[in-house]
Amino acid sequence: MKGNAPQIKRGRGRVNYSRYGYFFVAPFFIAYFVFSLYPLLTTFYYSATRYFKIGVGEYLGPDFYLKDGSTVKSADFFANFGNIDLFHNFKDIFDPASANSQAVLGSFRNTTIMWLINFFPQMLLALLLAAWFTNARLRVRGQGAYKFFIYLPNIITAASIAMLFKTLFGHSGPVNLIREWWNNVQFDAGWITKAEYDAFEKINFIREGWPSRLIIAFINFWMWYGHTMIVLIAGILGISPSLYEAAQIDGANNTQIFYKITLPLLKPMLTYTLITSLIGGLQMFDIPKLISMRAEAGLEAFNMNQTVVYLISERVSTIMPDYGMASAIAILLFAVTAVFGAMIFFMMRDKDEIEQRKKEKAAIKAYKKSLRGGVN
Amino acid sequence: MAATTLNAKGEKVGNYSAGIAVQKTFIHILCVFLSILSILPFWIMIVNATRSSAEIQNSLTLIPSDQFAHNLEILLKNSQGSFDIFKSMLNSLIISTSSTVLGLYSSCLAAYALVVYRFKLRSAMYTFIVAIMMIPTQVSTVGFINLMYSFNMIDTFWPLILPAIAAPATVFFMRQYIQGALPLEIVEASRIDGCTEFGTFNKIALPIMLPAVATQGIFAFVTSWNNMYMPSLIINSIDKKTLPIVVQNLSSNRYQTEYGVVYCGLTLTVLPMLIVYIFLSKYIIEGVALGSVKE
Repeated sequence: MKGNAPQIKRGRGRVNYSRYGYFFVAPFFIAYFVFSLYPLLTTFYYSATRYFKIGVGEYLGPDFYLKDGSTVKSADFFANFGNIDLFHNFKDIFDPASANSQAVLGSFRNTTIMWLINFFPQMLLALLLAAWFTNARLRVRGQGAYKFFIYLPNIITAASIAMLFKTLFGHSGPVNLIREWWNNVQFDAGWITKAEYDAFEKINFIREGWPSRLIIAFINFWMWYGHTMIVLIAGILGISPSLYEAAQIDGANNTQIFYKITLPLLKPMLTYTLITSLIGGLQMFDIPKLISMRAEAGLEAFNMNQTVVYLISERVSTIMPDYGMASAIAILLFAVTAVFGAMIFFMMRDKDEIEQRKKEKAAIKAYKKSLRGGVN
Repeated sequence: MAATTLNAKGEKVGNYSAGIAVQKTFIHILCVFLSILSILPFWIMIVNATRSSAEIQNSLTLIPSDQFAHNLEILLKNSQGSFDIFKSMLNSLIISTSSTVLGLYSSCLAAYALVVYRFKLRSAMYTFIVAIMMIPTQVSTVGFINLMYSFNMIDTFWPLILPAIAAPATVFFMRQYIQGALPLEIVEASRIDGCTEFGTFNKIALPIMLPAVATQGIFAFVTSWNNMYMPSLIINSIDKKTLPIVVQNLSSNRYQTEYGVVYCGLTLTVLPMLIVYIFLSKYIIEGVALGSVKE
């Protein structure tokens, strides 16, 4: 059993376990450096270059751009150091005349619009439901069942849901059946003329620009408001009940309690939800992709629904992938995410830990001071 | 129904309990409506999976018919060769299970280390993990794919499994949990009794962490199962495709008129998560609530 016994460092007189800390975190950090950090750094590198894949195992680049638009081999980087243009791809993205610019900025605009349309109704409904479900006066029954149903869409495979909605809103789908039925009802009741009745046509909503965009936004809303609601309920339950009791004793009504207690104390949670939803929304991919596949959706619908990640995946998976531009788009996404992520980071830092470290540092300082004999 | 108005200023109206009753009725109506909204698309899907294409095109109903076996038969006949729903489910199962198990174990190891051991880089590592938590995997797509090409891992399951070993959010969550649930005295006691550090982790700490591991496990599994982005870029071979990729084939031309078959296929792809949810919904909803309380 000698091999298993912990090593004792005699000089210190106590067993040093700290090295196990490094062993235990090793798998995480090795995997992170290999599969996430290194690819991220190389993506940064590619974003500054012209880099195409032109065949199986055949690449053009990565070459650095010079200021005049020509390229040099990456090995000649230092020889042309002063003349290298690292931001060529980014300039291209922000050049209004370029085709890349339209696609990239368009995808950012699409993603933002679809996120905005889904987020505000989602937040409003979730907040309302959360306030009701936690209200001690209302004591809404059957909450378990409601939560079960409302959260349900969140867990189902998004790809299946997208295909389901595509079928439901398709040319021969139930939505068009309902429209047809309603057209008949209106005609039978004499509300519309024969000409109006005959003018009825089935619409493939998926191929139309705004309808398909709204369907995507709706699916996101429908899948996520239950999640947001549960998060907010947890947040409200985290607020001290004594505050609510005090407010009730003071004669506050539900509206006052909501605006004066729940909402202000929920503010950090709401900010957190807002930012995580935004970061999640920027990664929107499955649903827009399946609803508006380039081959099937009309060009209008496709252009209105292409999201950032969808664009990246397209640039990477065509026959001649444009790695340089795809990387530049990804880095742009990274930059936007980083700004919002930083806000979360400062919100979530372990405050106790920081406090403790401050105390430790102060203690060490005091100890050193005492060693120097500098008491008072 | 004496007070028909929603009295926000309850006590001034005087008919206070009637106001509450009206508000409650309104809440229940809205919640029932939302519940129906949640299941209606799935119900239409299941019902249409049991109907013939002609029936589906002519009318909408919420009552199942008897064509399910027929639809399933056509689906299975067509699915051979080009794409296979059951094979893709098996692929998804292999990937999701292995990535979940690996990811959970390494996350628990890391989280345990961050709490139990006082090593030099401890707080720096923790700060690092919190900082990287929000970075989407999609931003490093190009670098990742190129790396996988150089590892010869394109069109294998490895690129979908191995990166799961580094799951910053899971480490973060597990660390919060261990801080509350694992008294360091237990670790000390185990050391005194002669257990190795690794043994202490496996035999003492891991069982204590089990409730949190289960919650995180469900979410890791579901995320991996539903993931479409990486598999769509990594997997080329038809027999290696995962479920979310195969789903998109359901709209392809061969089913243009066979609507019943499309719904049948969709039902099959929805079913696994639906079953998981029906049995584990309590833990899943609790998990969402738990994961959100970060302060």
